[in-house]
Amino acid sequence: MKCDLVVVGAGPGGSMTAKVAAEAGLDVVMLEKRQEIGDPVRCAEGVSKAALRKLVDLDPVWISAEVKGARLRAPDGTEIVMSEDRTGAEVGYVLERKVFDRALARDAAEAGAKVMVKTRALGLLHEKGVPSGISAQFVGESLKIEAPLIIGADGVESKVGRWAGIDTALKPKDIETCAQFLLQDEKIDDEYCEFYLGNDIAPGGYVWSFPKGEKLANVGIGVLGSKANSGTPIRLLREFVAKNFPDGKILEMMVGGVPVSGPIETTTADGVILVGDAARQSDPITGGGIINAMRAGVMAGEIAADQVPKGEVDKESLQIYEKRWRETIGKQITRNFAVKEFFVDLTDDDLNHLTHSLNGINVAELDLRGLLKVLVRQNPKHLLKLRHLIV
Amino acid sequence: MLSVNRYKCGYCGACVGVCPAAALELVETWIEVNDDCTKCGRCTKICPLGALELVKEAQT
Repeated sequence: MKCDLVVVGAGPGGSMTAKVAAEAGLDVVMLEKRQEIGDPVRCAEGVSKAALRKLVDLDPVWISAEVKGARLRAPDGTEIVMSEDRTGAEVGYVLERKVFDRALARDAAEAGAKVMVKTRALGLLHEKGVPSGISAQFVGESLKIEAPLIIGADGVESKVGRWAGIDTALKPKDIETCAQFLLQDEKIDDEYCEFYLGNDIAPGGYVWSFPKGEKLANVGIGVLGSKANSGTPIRLLREFVAKNFPDGKILEMMVGGVPVSGPIETTTADGVILVGDAARQSDPITGGGIINAMRAGVMAGEIAADQVPKGEVDKESLQIYEKRWRETIGKQITRNFAVKEFFVDLTDDDLNHLTHSLNGINVAELDLRGLLKVLVRQNPKHLLKLRHLIV
Repeated sequence: MLSVNRYKCGYCGACVGVCPAAALELVETWIEVNDDCTKCGRCTKICPLGALELVKEAQT
């Protein structure tokens, strides 16, 4: 089989790349190793409403819940409520990834991309020393797909980059190891995303509750890999649920790893571009990866459409991708990586103290960055290291 | 050797992402371990479900 572009992985990053490249006229093949796109889910499913709308025309069937804001709880129970919907400003959606991912893949298919499920990439093909396609396994049968450019949108467990000589291995301090329940309970807040901080609750991470519909929520935990031991996330999540939602019923269980490394050295090689979690583009503070993957996918799709017809797909020519994503997504995740590095080592006393410093200040209409700014202003000495990052 | 408890594994691929030797692969619900595994144990610590374990190889 021959085509212009092979996309490995049919998550939001891969599907956006495939759609944009196919719309621009490239002959695109997108591979998904799973039998079903979007399933099993390994995500808390929260996205910024405004950011999502910039990328796609919204379909209400993707949305499980719309939230009014976020509530942060310090280790001692002190709460901060952010981005409350006072002004009618929109805050966030909690998606149904099983539906959303499939819809994005359908969009790619409609744009003309060929989608192949249960098709696993096994390695790169080479011609004269440069990648010339992908060897794959299609429902157990071997298959060669020749293409001048390969997109690795193959997630946290990405292999495409490694085959191309990019070391994407995450250090334990650069991954959040996560577990999540879809929980039914009367105590669930249907209107707010909740974040619980504390070194006993979630070392180097947080526990979240994201509403998924009436009295349903994704209740999950992320623990920094360097602070985790075998099975820490599931153990702490069970403890949290037993304490906070003792009557909660678990309807689904999910696990996953989230890159929190900040930008890696390179995301391109001759004939190869990495997108999304594969490129470690997820946000080091929130762990959110959907929007960044989609944005990077659009960039990769556009650049593929420009470069492939010219036959200029060597690493040098693909620097245009590095430049574009690093100036946008990269800036944000660089800053948030530094903030994360600072926050993961705070004690519970530090976290409580910082929360108390917001006493009497109206933070209701702030987003995360706004909140950090206020924190730095209120705690100039303590947060000295963060000052240059935030202001 | 690295032992995978298939009954515990949630097939999330976190172990694959941290493997310094690229010795792991996630195929649907199946974690494959190849001969490049250096038994460093990094994956065992980050597994959210505790499905991975380094066990002493049986003497043959």
